[in-house]
Amino acid sequence: MHWGWSMRKTCIDMIHVLAKRDPRVVFIGSDLSPGLLGDMKAEMPSRHYMEGVAEMNVVGIAAGMALDGYMPYVNTIATFLTRRCYEQVALDVCLHHLPVRLVANGGGVVYAPLGPTHLAVEDFAIMCALPNMTVVAVSDHEEMKRFMDQSLHWPDPIYIRLGKGGDPVISDPDKPFAIGKGIMVREDLSPRVLIVSTGVMSARCLEAAGLLAARGCGADVLHMHTVKPLDRELLIERSARVEAVISVEEHTVIGGLGSAVIDCLVGASLPRLPKMKKLGLPDMFMTNYGVQDDLLEIHGLQPPSIAQSVLDFL
Amino acid sequence: MEKLYNSPALDDRSKYLRSLIVRGLAGGNRGHVGSSMSPVEVLRVLYDDILHHDPEQPAMKDRDRCILSKGHGCLALYALLADKGYFPMEELDRFCHRDGILGGHPEYGKVPGVEASTGALGHGLSIGVGMALAARMDDRTNRVFVIMGDGEINEGSVWEAAMSAGKHKLDNLTAIIDYNKIQSAGMTRDIQNLEPLADKWASFGFGVTEMDGHNVETIRSTLSRVPLVSRKPTAIISHSVKGKGIPFAEGDPKWHHHSKFDPETLQEMRRALGVVDA
Repeated sequence: MHWGWSMRKTCIDMIHVLAKRDPRVVFIGSDLSPGLLGDMKAEMPSRHYMEGVAEMNVVGIAAGMALDGYMPYVNTIATFLTRRCYEQVALDVCLHHLPVRLVANGGGVVYAPLGPTHLAVEDFAIMCALPNMTVVAVSDHEEMKRFMDQSLHWPDPIYIRLGKGGDPVISDPDKPFAIGKGIMVREDLSPRVLIVSTGVMSARCLEAAGLLAARGCGADVLHMHTVKPLDRELLIERSARVEAVISVEEHTVIGGLGSAVIDCLVGASLPRLPKMKKLGLPDMFMTNYGVQDDLLEIHGLQPPSIAQSVLDFL
Repeated sequence: MEKLYNSPALDDRSKYLRSLIVRGLAGGNRGHVGSSMSPVEVLRVLYDDILHHDPEQPAMKDRDRCILSKGHGCLALYALLADKGYFPMEELDRFCHRDGILGGHPEYGKVPGVEASTGALGHGLSIGVGMALAARMDDRTNRVFVIMGDGEINEGSVWEAAMSAGKHKLDNLTAIIDYNKIQSAGMTRDIQNLEPLADKWASFGFGVTEMDGHNVETIRSTLSRVPLVSRKPTAIISHSVKGKGIPFAEGDPKWHHHSKFDPETLQEMRRALGVVDA
């Protein structure tokens, strides 16, 4: 494991790379950093748009372009890309079933110092609720690159949650990446528990699994970079081998990865249902500031707390 | 400013198209009566004389796009699309039926000729901006027309889109406001006064004109002149009468939407349009 480059910068830079490769690709931002994708703007000015603080319009424009054959990558802050223009995402993008990509800066509690107006802790829930939508949260910048390559060929709308950047690299280039297919990032010889996580939490879960192993508790870790459509097959197969399944996410416990995992397992008619628990953020607006790691620590989502929660639950 | 025109009497074609709307109302036993009757002449002129379109090739790349952003007025659009042969006339009899293709708001992918699914208000202009930009990127010469309701433009998203259209100088985009002065809850001037409406659009960077929304000749000459100003999007304020052609519904907010018609009411509508059975 090594510390990574910025997942966000990788994603944004990849838009330019993809645009060179595929004439359908356009970039539409709201009101982002000065000079963002300046090289792309210089090289292909007609495919680089910065439309201002107007998320409803930005998403509607993307839908209009997609109706005419384009593949817009829309970028702004996660909470504004999900809440402010939810109806445009639902109707203009999902109802029309268009290949619009919603690139969401600072999903989860990345913007901790900026307070609850800037946190996207229910983004999975509200995006997963929309028919046709795909929801992806990769673990690190290298996995982001592999994902972005594939995004060109995915027919559905995609919500892409970006982390803070500098996240440790846990993804393995030798393990094939496919949208909709989970990845076992840790396999124990005799696992008692399956930890299912997504996004940057998978690195923390790997660390927690190490702590658990040191205390004699074998843990598998399933990195579910695609929250929707969920890799039901892998989840069910791996759940059948353990006493307990615990989901871990930087998201409210309502409607996110954990809910999808439990829905899947409860509906799977397993001969024996494992114990199930969701770890995530509580159903409340965040009341602290600090940094992302502070909020994760306060709410029991750092590796030692995750490991302890697992042990307490078993 | 709010204007009243002394419109010429409806001609046979306008009456016939309205009779198709009544056919849909009867088929579904419901529908937005007033909202469908007011934009008939605008849609008629667009589909008869202005739009480059082909019912045999609804996905033709260089077709002009027409988005009915006030999706609740869909029966007027359905009347034109049926009349042009985009789908069989009999579909009107199945308006809002469980297995019909014509719902109470138009759906892209389900109804041939419908360019965007609308119904939630304030979406069409942004979609139209996207289509106009796509045409520009593709170096296509087709145009985009977006028809909005006056109540609809209460939505802030419309003005976000208007800013974008102005910024990009989209002279391939025309916004038409069906200004019948009545929204669901009552008169627009009482609910959310839009005036000075022409000035608003002009200040957002549009070339603006106003017209009698029921005078076919005026509409034809106006739409033939777009873009009104080079390198500017066009806004046309189409002064219309809600419920136009149905005397007891004209100008009456109660006829915005109606359901459970008694047969005599439908017959009365048909008589007003000079047809016994559409």
